[in-house]
Amino acid sequence: MENAELESILASHGHRPSELLATLQDIQGNENWLPRESLAHVAAGLNVPLSRVYGMATFFSSFSLKPRGKHVCTICMGTACHVRGAQRLVEHVEREHGIGPGETTADLRLTLETVNCVGACAMGPLAIIDGEYHGQLSTQTLGRLLKKLKG
Amino acid sequence: METRFHSVADLEAYRRQLQAVRGPDRKIVSVCAGTGCRACGARGLAEVFREEIAKSNLEVELRVTGCQGFCERSPVVVVQPQSIFYQRVKAIDVPEILTETVEKGTAIQRLLYTDSDGRTYEREQDVPFYRHQTRSLLAFNGQIDPDSIDDYIAVGGYAALGKVLQERKPEEIVDLILRSGLRGRGGGGFPAGVKWQSCRKAHAADGIRYILCNGDEGDPGAFMDCALMEGNPHLVLEGMILGAFAIGFPGQPKGYIYVRNEYPLAVERLTRAIEQARRCGLLGKGILGTELDFDILINKGGGAFVCGESTALMASIEGFVGEPRAKHIHTAEQGLFDKPTNLNNVETWANVPLIISRGLEWFTSIGTGDVSKDPWGGSKGTKIFALVGKVNNTGLVEVPMGSTLRHIIWDVGGGPPPGKKFKAVQTGGPSGGCLPESLLDLPVDFDRLTEAGSMMGSGGMIVMDESTCMVDLARYFLHFLADESCGKCVSCREGLAQLCAIVDRICKGEGREGDLELLKDLSTTVQTASLCGLGQTAANPLLSTMRYFEEEYISHIHEHRCSAKVCKTLIRYVIDDSCDGCMACNAQCGTKAIQGGKKARHTIDDSLCTRCGVCMDVCKRNAIHVES
Repeated sequence: MENAELESILASHGHRPSELLATLQDIQGNENWLPRESLAHVAAGLNVPLSRVYGMATFFSSFSLKPRGKHVCTICMGTACHVRGAQRLVEHVEREHGIGPGETTADLRLTLETVNCVGACAMGPLAIIDGEYHGQLSTQTLGRLLKKLKG
Repeated sequence: METRFHSVADLEAYRRQLQAVRGPDRKIVSVCAGTGCRACGARGLAEVFREEIAKSNLEVELRVTGCQGFCERSPVVVVQPQSIFYQRVKAIDVPEILTETVEKGTAIQRLLYTDSDGRTYEREQDVPFYRHQTRSLLAFNGQIDPDSIDDYIAVGGYAALGKVLQERKPEEIVDLILRSGLRGRGGGGFPAGVKWQSCRKAHAADGIRYILCNGDEGDPGAFMDCALMEGNPHLVLEGMILGAFAIGFPGQPKGYIYVRNEYPLAVERLTRAIEQARRCGLLGKGILGTELDFDILINKGGGAFVCGESTALMASIEGFVGEPRAKHIHTAEQGLFDKPTNLNNVETWANVPLIISRGLEWFTSIGTGDVSKDPWGGSKGTKIFALVGKVNNTGLVEVPMGSTLRHIIWDVGGGPPPGKKFKAVQTGGPSGGCLPESLLDLPVDFDRLTEAGSMMGSGGMIVMDESTCMVDLARYFLHFLADESCGKCVSCREGLAQLCAIVDRICKGEGREGDLELLKDLSTTVQTASLCGLGQTAANPLLSTMRYFEEEYISHIHEHRCSAKVCKTLIRYVIDDSCDGCMACNAQCGTKAIQGGKKARHTIDDSLCTRCGVCMDVCKRNAIHVES
């Protein structure tokens, strides 16, 4: 990420340390993950220790300190999805693509993530693939959806 | 059209103008596009309606709404003025709905809701799922396009605010909320009025008081706050503005809504609603031409369950990691940025405008107990539950406090799906507990649930049948909480890790004599020695399953048997005689555990089988079973 872009994100939050969370969210929104250099830049720009920035980035589960894939498949692991077999969806992706939760394929094509409930419990088990919600999934439908991903 | 209201009279004149144009006979097609319906393609459906309406010459309004609650049958569409309720609507049905129903007023039979006895219902209000509910908070979700402040104003929105600003004093409103017995819907059930009163009384040197809304709905299995924020954001805003007046006026009240990162649609809708309210003079300086200044900012969470806890939430808004602190000094006195702070949950805030516009008597007539002398004396009003899991009608259910579990699960929810037997219902999320069949007649309110070893929580209600293993469920919640524990207290951080290890062992068939006593003992330590609600209630799912389903633990430990056939090490897959050797499972098995050639009965080599279940999914003859 260019320094100028980082600066404009910092400026949009008034260089306020109290907006650290939102600042990091914006960076991840642009970059899809949080590179070390960006975290260092934020720490310097807000005049806070790098440990505090790093603490935030590791505390909140929505942040990734590793590059994420071109496609992101997020499987909901909420209770309703759990009792309807969400674990089997995760195992399916592990089997077919060789990646566990939080991991990305070596070609940076696909990232598997899990989330504790997205608030569409009646539709469980559910996965979000590149921002699109897919409900009442079976391992077969999930497999088909992932096969259809382009690029 | 948005106008700026310079006075309450402006707002009321505008409302009359809106209502005059919107007669009761207006033709409206409302399409539910909440997160649940979106998962079923509702967004595309709304687009098809838009195109088809544009092509036709029909005078009909398309209203894309937030969650209407009946998620099981999504996407749902309601045609007004007749209130004809259509379910599982597909794009291909759209032209017919327009010509038959909108134009001619006739219902299309195949799209109507049919119950398990084969009865068909035409009107929304007759469908049993809706008929057995008491919808006051959710009532508007089907009538409002959440992006239209006009829709909200037309159904009486911001009237409570107008009335209060014109006629009432802040103290009167605090007193009203106190006497209403409104208790916190986020789970704790603390009387809102008591909180408001202490925040109002707290010393604020510079006049700043923070009015916060907790939209960090982290309980897996609960999505009522999501539905309110997505479906009716102005109701939440109006509640907060009323709170700002009651708690912080005169002075400088400031507002924040803390929304989960996992709810992007809620953030989008709230952001738009706040912008509209500012343009209309309902937020910002001099609200409705009065002296009240109040604005609301949105803070997006980062995906940490513990941030639903009040002090952790405040730390997060301040730009720190979401760790709770001890509450020797209440947040009402020193909360966010060390100022007096009042935090209420989304659903609590949404109740406030209704209590004010419909009155104390209306609110206290719903629910249990007597709150006239003591706000702890009962549970008043309605509560929204997210009814999910193994039940026919999954969705959002709003019923009076004190309704029985049986009423909610059977009358509204239609009971378990055909062929399934009810086993337990889990209420209150990871802090709650599992209740067995013998407690189905328990009236659901804050105090009864706690007595039964569960809790209200934010209102998640997960129905389970015999295919859910209670030990596995306890394991699920323990792992969830161990993951989400912030790690500040040793008892919670290490205690939960040990509880997980023991229950993991039991699920693997390696349970030992004395494990149950050890679990109970350790649970007590975690409960008593942890600082915040997460740790204090973390053992509830474990303790309640041990209390009501002890025999399952015993059979796991002593017989190495999982009667629900869930725990992988304790089960095995077998193929019966009905196998015709079609090779489908054989081809799918990743570990080559299935043997047998074409047209020959297959067998599974248990030592190679990973119990992934793929074979069972692909078997067309249902020849594969699980044994324990």
